[in-house]
Amino acid sequence: MSSRDAILGRIRRSLGASGSDAPRLAAVRHRLAETPVNVVPARGQLPSAERIDLFVRKAGEVFATVVRLGGRDDIPAAVAAYLRDRNLPQAIRRGDDRRLADLPWEREAQLAVTTGPSDGSDLVGLSHADAGVAETGTVVLTSGPDNPTTINFLPDHHIVVVDASTVAGDYETVWADLRRRFGAGVMPRTVNLVTGPSRSADIEETLLLGAHGPRSLHILVVG
Amino acid sequence: MSGGLTSLSFPKNAHAALANPPLLKAIAHIEETLVSGRRRAAEALPEFEALRDAGRDIKAHTLAHLDLYLEAFERKVVEAGGFVHWAADAADANRIILDICQKAGARRVTKGKSMITEEVGLNAYLQANGIAPVETDLGEYIIQLRGETPSHIIAPAVHVNKEQVAADFRRVHTDLDPKRNLDEPTSLLAEARGVLRERFLSADVGITGANFLVAETGSTVIVTNEGNGDLTQILPKTHIVLASIEKVVPTLEDVATIMRLLARSATGQEMSVYTTFSTGPRRAGDPDGPEAFHVVLLDNGRSAMLGSEFEDMLRCIRCGACINHCPVYRSVGGHAYGSVYPGPMGSVLTPSLQGLEKSAHLANASTLCGRCESVCPMRIPLPKMLRHWREKEFERHLTPKKARFGLAAWRFLAARPRLYGLATRLGAWGLARLAGRDGALRQVPLAGGWTRWRDLPAPEGGTFRTEWAKRGRK
Repeated sequence: MSSRDAILGRIRRSLGASGSDAPRLAAVRHRLAETPVNVVPARGQLPSAERIDLFVRKAGEVFATVVRLGGRDDIPAAVAAYLRDRNLPQAIRRGDDRRLADLPWEREAQLAVTTGPSDGSDLVGLSHADAGVAETGTVVLTSGPDNPTTINFLPDHHIVVVDASTVAGDYETVWADLRRRFGAGVMPRTVNLVTGPSRSADIEETLLLGAHGPRSLHILVVG
Repeated sequence: MSGGLTSLSFPKNAHAALANPPLLKAIAHIEETLVSGRRRAAEALPEFEALRDAGRDIKAHTLAHLDLYLEAFERKVVEAGGFVHWAADAADANRIILDICQKAGARRVTKGKSMITEEVGLNAYLQANGIAPVETDLGEYIIQLRGETPSHIIAPAVHVNKEQVAADFRRVHTDLDPKRNLDEPTSLLAEARGVLRERFLSADVGITGANFLVAETGSTVIVTNEGNGDLTQILPKTHIVLASIEKVVPTLEDVATIMRLLARSATGQEMSVYTTFSTGPRRAGDPDGPEAFHVVLLDNGRSAMLGSEFEDMLRCIRCGACINHCPVYRSVGGHAYGSVYPGPMGSVLTPSLQGLEKSAHLANASTLCGRCESVCPMRIPLPKMLRHWREKEFERHLTPKKARFGLAAWRFLAARPRLYGLATRLGAWGLARLAGRDGALRQVPLAGGWTRWRDLPAPEGGTFRTEWAKRGRK
């Protein structure tokens, strides 16, 4: 007997159940198809403007820095300003995502913009989030041909653009959106929920930022 | 690690821990960091108690349908282009993982933090077969350098102080300037970041555990703060996930619910920094990510816990709250338990996984004060299950002779109320006489274990039953 059959057989024996029992199968099918929502905190259930305020406040509480921009065209200048303020070279790496590619980068003549995955030599990465979650100040990033996951982890500084209209109150709203875009039960290879910069408290429980991932997380909320 | 189990020496281990001031100093931080952090986070979320109920119900539903959810999960992993392997026990899991590594031609292997790989003793097994895995979680890296095991499930190096870390780094990182300053945690972290960056970039295989397996999507989920688990899985060509069967949950909604409990209960964070869903290998056109994705599902004794008095233990999400709040753990630290999983959750789980014969003492490493159950996000009745183990220990004659004799004597008296009343009255009278005027006893026959460390206050009045009878009459 294969290990698979042995394990499933033992589980069924312990439960006193069968793998072809109709009510059990129906219960599982129902839950997987209907994906019922459990308890959702009231905290994020707010009108748009307040929800975005909560997102900004929560992201700040976990040591992300947040800047709000009036429009998408302000992004290149905001990126250049971030690099200047921290005495960083005017260079970033980003994916080919249209939401980032179509910006007026030419306005920042000093800024070198390279595209594609990071090999670890980039100081600053720029990504576009698919959503924000107000409940905890979390940004949601999905992988794809134009969105390398390495940019989210290897650079010392991670700048993330979030469209204000995509800031949800809770994770459940994000799941519903993922199902709409990718299909029920289908996920991109990697979905990263990122809440603040990398940290560790493994030495004497002292909280330190910048363990293995980015030392700083800078969020640009657009609109 | 399974070979290094020393749970039967708990009393000896505990005494050694109590005589180790640096250890006691290190674990003393737990109160102001993890315990108060959890309290603040729970108080800041009005729905926290309702979430605990929901979390318990999700796991109970899943366990009742575990076979079906595992099959659903497997189908989705395969649909996404991944492989699922089933491991009945630790030896199976190790063999499967070694085989994947060898077929991938792996020379360098990185690991994200994973208690389940500790449970199966994966590092030792791979090492014995010519592959030296590198732990990348800072705490795990530190204890790997020290040749130790984790003393806490979420803070593996909680027992180590920064001077010890500095000494270990100087000993191992010999290519760095010997005069460098390593006085502060920041410089230690920076050095580990630099050293491990090289390891991440050159790894052929990355091994992680999983906090959740999602049946709906075939995703494995890891929750971390450092980002090492992510670098472990996105850079190498092969990503292997080792997870035990009870990690499966039905849907993304169920992950969201338990996620809201996990970090709050563990560290007091509302959300850990990185929660990552991994589904299959990289897709067509993806510029990065692993080319192969393997999930190894481990049973190792869990299927036998279903339907038993220990089934509730399978709800555990490994947050460590019971450990942080346990007065015994807080007095002696994790290594004294001599098991992979320390504290209350470990004392319940270890006998199930390793057999009571190898771990009979653990159920007694508890005061049954109930703090563990009161903070458990999955509402696992830990004290009740510790009592079950004590009963089994007694039934199987694993209890030491002296204790058995004491219990038998007590049982004899307790079953004879009049004799019991007489004996306790006599005892109270005798003790009061022995104590004399100071009202405390420095030595009591048969109670040397107590009076060696403290005086025994002598009874001041009658027995409980005579007092109760008197007050009842009023």
